[in-house]
Amino acid sequence: MPDVSLENISKTYNKGKTIALRDISFSIEKGELFGLIGPDGAGKTSLFRILTTLLLPDAGKATVNGYDVVQQYREIRKRVGYMPGKFSLYQDLSVEENLNFFATVFNTTVKENYNLIQDIYVQIAPFKNRPAGKLSGGMKQKLALCCALIHRPEVLFLDEPTTGVDTVSRKDFWQMLQKLKAEGITILVSTPYMDEASLCERIALIQNGSIMSIDTPQQIIQMYPDPLFAIRAENMSTLLADLRQLQLLKSVYSFGDYHHITFVQNQENSPQELVQQLAQAQHLQLEIKPITPGIEDCFIYLMTQQNESQRNGN
Amino acid sequence: MSPKETVISVQHLTKKFGDFFAVYNISFEVYKGEIFGFLGANGAGKTTAIRMLCGLSVPTSGVAQVAGFDVYKDTEKIKANIGYMSQKFSLYEDLTVLENIRFFGGIYGLSGKKLQAQTTNLLEKLALAPHKNKLVASLPLGWKQKLAFSIAIIHEPVIVFLDEPTGGVDPITRRQFWDLIYEAADRGITVFVTTHYMDEAEYCHRVSMMVDGKIAALDTPAHLKNQYKVASMDDVFYQLARAAQRTE
Repeated sequence: MPDVSLENISKTYNKGKTIALRDISFSIEKGELFGLIGPDGAGKTSLFRILTTLLLPDAGKATVNGYDVVQQYREIRKRVGYMPGKFSLYQDLSVEENLNFFATVFNTTVKENYNLIQDIYVQIAPFKNRPAGKLSGGMKQKLALCCALIHRPEVLFLDEPTTGVDTVSRKDFWQMLQKLKAEGITILVSTPYMDEASLCERIALIQNGSIMSIDTPQQIIQMYPDPLFAIRAENMSTLLADLRQLQLLKSVYSFGDYHHITFVQNQENSPQELVQQLAQAQHLQLEIKPITPGIEDCFIYLMTQQNESQRNGN
Repeated sequence: MSPKETVISVQHLTKKFGDFFAVYNISFEVYKGEIFGFLGANGAGKTTAIRMLCGLSVPTSGVAQVAGFDVYKDTEKIKANIGYMSQKFSLYEDLTVLENIRFFGGIYGLSGKKLQAQTTNLLEKLALAPHKNKLVASLPLGWKQKLAFSIAIIHEPVIVFLDEPTGGVDPITRRQFWDLIYEAADRGITVFVTTHYMDEAEYCHRVSMMVDGKIAALDTPAHLKNQYKVASMDDVFYQLARAAQRTE
């Protein structure tokens, strides 16, 4: 039986005028590390709030750990840990007081489950007497995770735990999640950073309240429909402008030190034809090579598909 | 970009809070029309440095000129010659698009025909004319961020400071946002930008990396990758930030 299951969940705000979630269905297995990938406003937080029983869906059915989010919300609240996107601990209680408070609320003690949080807590222990409101961003994040774990939840919900966090702390955080997964905890984590998708077992790409794709990161990448090429030259912004003028290209997007392109009709000699067409522009150190798409390439492709079908009124 | 005209000049700039050196003895220059990436781990001192450069915080020691003005004495002149935008502070949600443009345009010293012309210009470029009377709160995040950036440069400042301007926006909007940045830089506006997206570090002409209050590296992305013998800016960042002693 899946540990988290959603069937046709919808949610609107402003008396139906703002659509937050459209007909969402998926499930997460016990012990799975599942990622919800999408930008701000995609509907990630609404989904978290429904699953943690803080918000009622307009329609649909959802269960967590076998319990219904509407009928059996009390059971769910005992069994889940939730780290909201916005820092929600008591700012004027110390690190230690916050942790003790959450342990007590869940009828347990810090001592009982200390082994689960030990790796994380030792990093903030030097500041245990400091009010939570006076901690740095990275420290707040670690304390919030400790508080969400202190009752050893069956399912852990993490809403954008790495937003605004630098790349070093982000890598550390994902290592912590792998350890928690090894403890058998089911984890649903959301992120706007596409490069974190590959760290999840399965992901759902979400945009405008709809799930665009759901699978393992490898499968999603395999479903990318066109051969993808990376191209660069000495002057990248001129190259970008030139590429956008070319009729034979289907898509052109900048990706750091390369631009990623696809052809309207991909043929064996397409790259050579492109180089010929660019000849007049005299780009220095022009380089073009086939590449494997990343999750961000897939997300952009699916977004353009979604935009097109919405324009066509489907 | 040649000959290079210096628009930000920093020498031995230091900021101390009590016994703590938030920024320690940093020196660098930024040139006209340059996109300058100002990177660093959380707590490395970026925000403190930006606040000094914007005339919002008095340095403990050192020398700095921004747009030709002194960061100790001419803070009001600095504010009039720069633009600023961050993910957290951008626009007034309960004012309309048009009201926000007029309000900030006025704050930045525009009025009359000049303000009118810039307003029309801006609405047209962002295709926001049909939505000019909508509350900013009702706009999608991506539109808000693009509007906020355009408003931050409505007075054609010498330099615009962007503090994590693309946090949380979708990948297509993020690229459209960088198109706006390039366009501004091509017009001669210097762009001073912080970001946590390492692909965006590649879009900068030069990048500096702050570690423990100091500038640990400063060069073009290509040179930095060469120097640290790695394939991506993410790896450059990782190597440098890993060496940090400070725990925020």
